[in-house]
Amino acid sequence: MSIDISQFLQTFFEESFEGLDIMESELLNLNVGSADKETINTIFRAAHSIKGGSGTFGLSSVADYTHVLETLLDEMRDGKRDVTQQSVDVMLQSVDVLREMLNALQDNLDLDHDRIASSHKQLTDLLSSDTSLPAASSTDSNAPKDSDTQEENSSGGWIINFSPYPDMMKTGNDPVRIIRELEELGNLTIELNDEKVPSLDELEPESCYLSWKLTLHADVPIDAVQDVFSWVDDECELQINEIIISDGYSGPDRRAPESTGKARKAASKEQTSIRVGIDKVDDLINMVGELVITQSMLHQLHDVEEFNQNTLERLQDGLAQLEQHTRELQENVMRIRMMPISFAFQRFPRLVRDLSNQFGKNIELKLTGEQTELDKTVMEKIGDPLVHLVRNSLDHGIEMPEIRAEAGKPETGTIELNAFHRGGNIIIEIKDDGAGLNTQKILQKAKENGLVKEGDTITTEQVNDLIFQPGFSTADVVSDVSGRGVGMDVVRRNIRALNGSVEVVSTPGVGSVFTIRLPITLAILDGQLVRVGKETYVIPLISIIESLQVKNEFVNAVTGSAEVYKLRDEYIPILRLYEIFDVEPDTKNLSAGMLVIVESEGQKLAIFVDELLSQQQVVIKSLETNFRKIDGLSGATILGDGTVALIADIVGVYELYQKKIVPSELKVIHDGGVAA
Amino acid sequence: MATRILAVDDSTSMRQMVTFTLKGAGYEVEEAADGQQALDIAKGGKFDLVLSDVNMPVMDGITLVKELRSLSNYKFTPILMLTTESTGDKKTEGKSAGATGWIVKPFNPEQLLTTIKKVLG
Repeated sequence: MSIDISQFLQTFFEESFEGLDIMESELLNLNVGSADKETINTIFRAAHSIKGGSGTFGLSSVADYTHVLETLLDEMRDGKRDVTQQSVDVMLQSVDVLREMLNALQDNLDLDHDRIASSHKQLTDLLSSDTSLPAASSTDSNAPKDSDTQEENSSGGWIINFSPYPDMMKTGNDPVRIIRELEELGNLTIELNDEKVPSLDELEPESCYLSWKLTLHADVPIDAVQDVFSWVDDECELQINEIIISDGYSGPDRRAPESTGKARKAASKEQTSIRVGIDKVDDLINMVGELVITQSMLHQLHDVEEFNQNTLERLQDGLAQLEQHTRELQENVMRIRMMPISFAFQRFPRLVRDLSNQFGKNIELKLTGEQTELDKTVMEKIGDPLVHLVRNSLDHGIEMPEIRAEAGKPETGTIELNAFHRGGNIIIEIKDDGAGLNTQKILQKAKENGLVKEGDTITTEQVNDLIFQPGFSTADVVSDVSGRGVGMDVVRRNIRALNGSVEVVSTPGVGSVFTIRLPITLAILDGQLVRVGKETYVIPLISIIESLQVKNEFVNAVTGSAEVYKLRDEYIPILRLYEIFDVEPDTKNLSAGMLVIVESEGQKLAIFVDELLSQQQVVIKSLETNFRKIDGLSGATILGDGTVALIADIVGVYELYQKKIVPSELKVIHDGGVAA
Repeated sequence: MATRILAVDDSTSMRQMVTFTLKGAGYEVEEAADGQQALDIAKGGKFDLVLSDVNMPVMDGITLVKELRSLSNYKFTPILMLTTESTGDKKTEGKSAGATGWIVKPFNPEQLLTTIKKVLG
């Protein structure tokens, strides 16, 4: 009989990652010296679960590794070991190692054995240090423990005197079960001793008064016999004596159940589940109930022969209800994918702690709005940009303590992460009270790079915005920590890929605020519908600055076909959407159509279309999953009348424009803009 | 009537594995994620066997055993603890609280079934 338990691996991985997150945040909460017992217990439990599960699911490398960690925590929990800064650091590192191990196992990749071994050694070193307790071996987790004796002699069997204490049955143990189990080992002779059974009026029905002399005629090791009694050895008097016979045959050890099955199939990473609160599910069911009622209400009108004022009103009421319930249902379904942003925030206490140590800075991290909800997919994708921005504030924003003291600021700098909802968007602010952006240095850099020309007039906001330009992150602006070869342009591009935006406001000497604006969900988009010939396109509202009718005197044609539109003080390239998507427009005459001014990668674009239609929320359908990826389009949607409208991806459209329209020598500063 | 087992563990994967194994063997299984939940469920019905983890949030397995033993319905019901080797002294603690026995983690489904069949006879 073999039972395949690999199907539960995915759940095990998920709960282990959750456990590691808990361990990490609780380790950060630990006060060195006076550690809270409940906190240690929580950390211990997480480690314990990972160890137990990994053993059961055949991930012995994880089980072995976690065993040392668990032992360490167990000693701390029992007060046998102090919580030192060193031990917290080592344990935090082991959380990282475990996470890497689980990630590798989940993806069927090779484990980094050197790293695991070195971290394992740190843990065992810690375990064997400053405590009288002997270091626990890390490999004994599967070893049978009840076998203290190694019985090699052959035997003709065993005589067992078994006298349960009166209370034995109160632990749910039944002498009959034990005897039956012995019978399975071999031929058993049973002698009952009922001397101790009292008279009926003294007899307590819940007590055991019987004892047995059991003779087991079987060549089994004593372990096997002791095993049968292992649950009750402290609840009975037990004597096991060997019946010696002289043929000297040494029987095989029969007790060798293999630990866990090795069967492990690759668990697909896409199967990840989502945890949904029962209240959300209840709301949904409730809502569906309402819909059913509305449906039956409308259905009554199905049989009406002739519409009159009364039935018409009922129809209108029904339709209004239907609309309301559909909207509520939609909102509730969306809420299922929503998770509090604390999931994205939770890694920052650790990050800030580690980096402030590294830089020798004192930094306090404040998190607010952690319960603000956003779409799970958005959450997963915003993590890296957020880390980058926080690293950046830590590295460049907050000054060294002595510099802060000189400037009359508290030595401890503050980084605040704040999330809140505003008008269908989620806003995440990363705020520091550091030095602010160095506009002089940025401007100088920009001039070196040719982003700004000598003599250009440029506002402070524009200067600050330059840090989001590609190629701006250079060695003397970005250190190895913030740098890592990834610039702020990538941050902006990644955020834009989520239909979001990022801006910075900075005051020298006071600090900077980076503001990220994101749609709450990726499933629905606020869009402007535009028409080009027979086609309808959706332009994300978040990238639209304004729409206007063309005045011919503001159109300038530069060499070739590239045209620009003079809007106030700016020259904005005109992009004729029909050229990009190769469709037949109503008109090619600019003054007969509309220009939609959008911003992409910090670059403004004037998109020429035939007509502006309505603004509405559209449900995004993936082109990739339903058809294939098409440059310039981020998806499609189905409109109210059943027709399909394509959703323009502004960054992609701009790239197409650069490829198709602009001759290469005219390419502006944004040629590095690869789709994120 | 089918034999009813209450499986208590805070780890979802563990619970899923145990439930899957036991149901496959024809037992009726209810799950609880901590001691308190288990106690509430146990009070609401009768189980032939309780299988409980030791380390759990809210109420641990040892407390659960004590609480169950104080209920007349569960005075003699077999209660098995799911322990690990490293928590050896928990066995004694579990026993003195009134646990019937233990199954040592890691265990595989076959070992689990063998032990349970023994206890249930």
